[in-house]
Formats: sequence, C-alpha cells, structure tokens
Amino acid sequence: MNPRMTLATTTRVLGQLRHDHRSVALILVVPALLLTAVYFLYENETLPPGVPRTFDRVGLMMLAIFPFVVMFLVTSITMLRERTSGTLERLLTTPIHKADLLFGYALAFSIMAALQSVVATAVAYWVFNLDIQGSPGLVVLIAVINAVLGVALGLFCSAFARTEFQAVQFMPVVVVPQILLCGLFVARDHMNDVLDAISGVLPLTFSVDALKEIATNSEATSSMWQDTLVMAGIVLVVLVLASLTLRRQTK
Amino acid sequence: MSHIAHHNVRPAEAAPGAGVGQKEAIAVAGLHISRGRTKILRGLDFTVDAGQITGLLGPSGSGKTTLMRAIVGVQRITAGSIDVLGLPAGSAPLRNDVGYVTQGASVYGDLSVEANVKYFGAMHGATSADAAEAIAAVGLESFAKQKAADLSGGQFSRVSLACALVSHPKLLVLDEPTVGLDPVLRAELWERFTAMAADGTTLLVSSHVMEEASHCSSLLLLRDGLLLAHLTPAELAERGRSDDLEKAFLTMIKTSDRTNLDDGHNESPVAR
Repeated sequence: MNPRMTLATTTRVLGQLRHDHRSVALILVVPALLLTAVYFLYENETLPPGVPRTFDRVGLMMLAIFPFVVMFLVTSITMLRERTSGTLERLLTTPIHKADLLFGYALAFSIMAALQSVVATAVAYWVFNLDIQGSPGLVVLIAVINAVLGVALGLFCSAFARTEFQAVQFMPVVVVPQILLCGLFVARDHMNDVLDAISGVLPLTFSVDALKEIATNSEATSSMWQDTLVMAGIVLVVLVLASLTLRRQTK
Repeated sequence: MSHIAHHNVRPAEAAPGAGVGQKEAIAVAGLHISRGRTKILRGLDFTVDAGQITGLLGPSGSGKTTLMRAIVGVQRITAGSIDVLGLPAGSAPLRNDVGYVTQGASVYGDLSVEANVKYFGAMHGATSADAAEAIAAVGLESFAKQKAADLSGGQFSRVSLACALVSHPKLLVLDEPTVGLDPVLRAELWERFTAMAADGTTLLVSSHVMEEASHCSSLLLLRDGLLLAHLTPAELAERGRSDDLEKAFLTMIKTSDRTNLDDGHNESPVAR
C-alpha cells in the first residue's frame, strides 16, 4: 500500500461527489428528515411512567442504519461505473495497489458518513432530545463503522452486477434482511431459533447490540467494544473479498 | 497460416539506436488469444522497435484491441509470450513505464480535466507541473478547470490522452486515438507523437484509417487474428501497387485471400 495513492483516491472520490451537489445534499439532509418523521410518528404514544419512548430506541437504531444503506447504494453504483467506464481497468495498469483503491474508497465514504451521522445525531439530540445514557460520540463511531460496512459490501456486490439496475437489486438481498433481523422490529429474544441464529451472524446485528449498550450505560462497556471489534473484523474480511473481485487481467 | 507475413522486414528509415537500452520495445512470439470459444489472435510473431511509431492497422474485428490489451497486460494470453521492455507483459515494474489509452476515453466525466490528469499522475508520483505539461500537450490549457463531461467529444478523448502522457511512459499504447477528431487536431496529435518518438518514446498506435499509416515508421497489418504483413508504409505502397495506402491495403487483402484459396489452406473466418 502507498499512502499517496490511497489519499489521491480519497480526494478523487470526494471530488466527484463535490461536483454533485444534489447527492451531497441528499446524503446529509435525508437521514435527519426521516428521523424527524419517526419522531412525529411516535409523538402521541401514551407510555406508562418509567418506560422509555419508542423514539429513543428506534431513532437511535436508525442513526446507525442510515449510513449503512446509503453508503451501500452509493458505493455499489460508483464502483460499477468505475468498472464499466474503463477507468478501473486503466487504473489497474498503473502502479496502484488494489488496497489503495479500496481503502481510498472506504476512507472517502467514511468521511461522508461521519458528516451525515453528525448531522443526524445532532438533530436527534438537540431537536428531539434523544434520551440515552452513553456518549453521542460513540453513536457516531458506530454509525461510521456501519458506513464502512456498507462501502465494503457495495464494493463486493458491484462485481456481480453488470448494470446499475442489477446493482440496485442487491439492496433487497444484502441490506433488507439485515434491517429486518437486526432487532429493530422484533427483539432478538422474541425471534424463533432459526431467525435468531441468522440474526447472530449478520453484521448489522452487532452494531445494533453495541448501540443498545451505549443507550443503557453512561460509560463504554466491554461488551460494546467487543461488538465494535467484531464489526471491524467483518468489514476487513469483506474488503479482502472485494479486493479479490478486482482483477488486473481478464480471460 | 500467414504465408506472407514478413517478420524480418525492418523499417527502411529506422533511426538506428533511437533510444534507451534495448532495441526491441515489444517482442511477441507464438501469440494465441481466445476468449471463450472465439479465437481472436491465431499465432502472432513480431517485434516492435524502441523509439519509433508502429502502426497497428486492420479492419474492425481483426484483433487490434485484444493485441493492445495483451501488450499492456490486462488481457490474459492463451499461448505464446509477449515481452515488453525486456519483461513479460503485465509485470509489476512495467506499470510505471507503459501508458495505455483505450478506445473509449476512460476518464472521470464528473471531475475537471486537471483533477483527472492529477489523479492518474499521482499513481506515478507526477507533480502539478507534469500535469500542467500533459494538459498543454493535448491543447486543453484553457479547459483545465472544466468538468470533463462538459467538453466536446474530441476534447474528452484528449483528456484521456493527457492522463497517459502525465506519467512520461517509455511505451505508449494508443487505441484509435484520432477517432472523432477534426483534421487540424489529428495533424497536431501526429506531430506530437512524432516528437515523442524522437525523444525515445515507443508508440504503438492502432487505426483503421489508412491515411494515418504514413506517419508510422513501421506497420503491422492485422486481419482475422493473423499478421498479414509487417512492413514500412513505402513497402505497403509498393506491394499493394498504389500510393493510396487504403487501396494498397485492400489489394494486399485480396491477394492474400487468393493465395490462401489457391493453397487450399483457407482457414474458416473468425467467428464474431
């Protein structure tokens, strides 16, 4: 790996985004708007005293799920365009290492994800008084790791799509099951054994578990760090798998 | 088989010892390339001299692009070998020395001209000055800050060329670089290629426009995956019995078809 080539790739990807004002605005604003919708959805719920608001649970999880979904889509389309426009083939005739390309992408979209989750988390905290014990910084950290997970899966899946239309179809396959089973809709201990077992190996579940730890503890717990480390490990494995889909030579 | 391929013909006006190191920039031996069941290249042997412009000519579908992709190392070889600057094609050390401009411009349409050239330059440790020089070389100075996608077709393809020039490659492989360019620009580009060759760069340029052949010091004529001939433009005019290189090429193709038929060796046409 070569830091100069990695950073050049990050700069280039961010440069491409910068010219696309509409996408930047959508990335930064939409999660905050959806969070607002969720807040008003549960606005009139009647709660027995001492029971936390549904918004505190669902809103928090959404803070982690947005960057995952958005970065998965953005990355798979960008990478597919790179593959079909010939720029990927051209790049791979230069001395760039595949890791420079992948980490350059991951870094660029992590920066975007960090901005996105700072906006969304700030809105959740200051506008809607999201009530959790832990630090908002940790929430942003989990959101960024989720974003990198989305980037890694997007890079990987783009290898199996020939068109942008196909790339988008990977979302119901890769993203939706993780959202259904992560514990957002039904807590994991209420799932049947099969679904619980599947949930236990899906990456998004670890980040939702980590968020629950952040919600209920004022200090970072070892269980939270463990979930975070597992997430980081999964991200690295998927990035390695994605690098295997980048071939310098075609048959 | 290519009865009339003259592998040993050397360009008559070759400048001796034109450049650095070895005389041969590319050496191809027994090259076969198949994609799936389609045989695209069916046994090529030739060498390309360093510090010269070699033209790769032939009808579309003759295997020009596949041959170029194999030389830059992005196409796997089925049989045979390609040595580039003394190393097997595609070797890691060559990635600094070989520039490749694909037929369709492969640049980022949503970046400025300058950002494109700087990005590809960064892979070779090129400076901002190198980038500015490459942009000037293709005549796009006044468009440096513009988004590549907003340029005209001809300007867009020159961005792609600038992205290859920025690394100062020893071997520059250009796939149809003058397609869609007006005559003035085409003439300017050929002047630039000639100047680069004079500085020691080896250029391999494909074209299906025969009039461009006259700018090359040697020509590889490809047809249906076989090397029809390796000769100088003067020899092409002589053997094709016409100063119009297009006519000469057509004559040579007809002659070769007749020879193949007469010998009863006629290979079935390459499947498309």
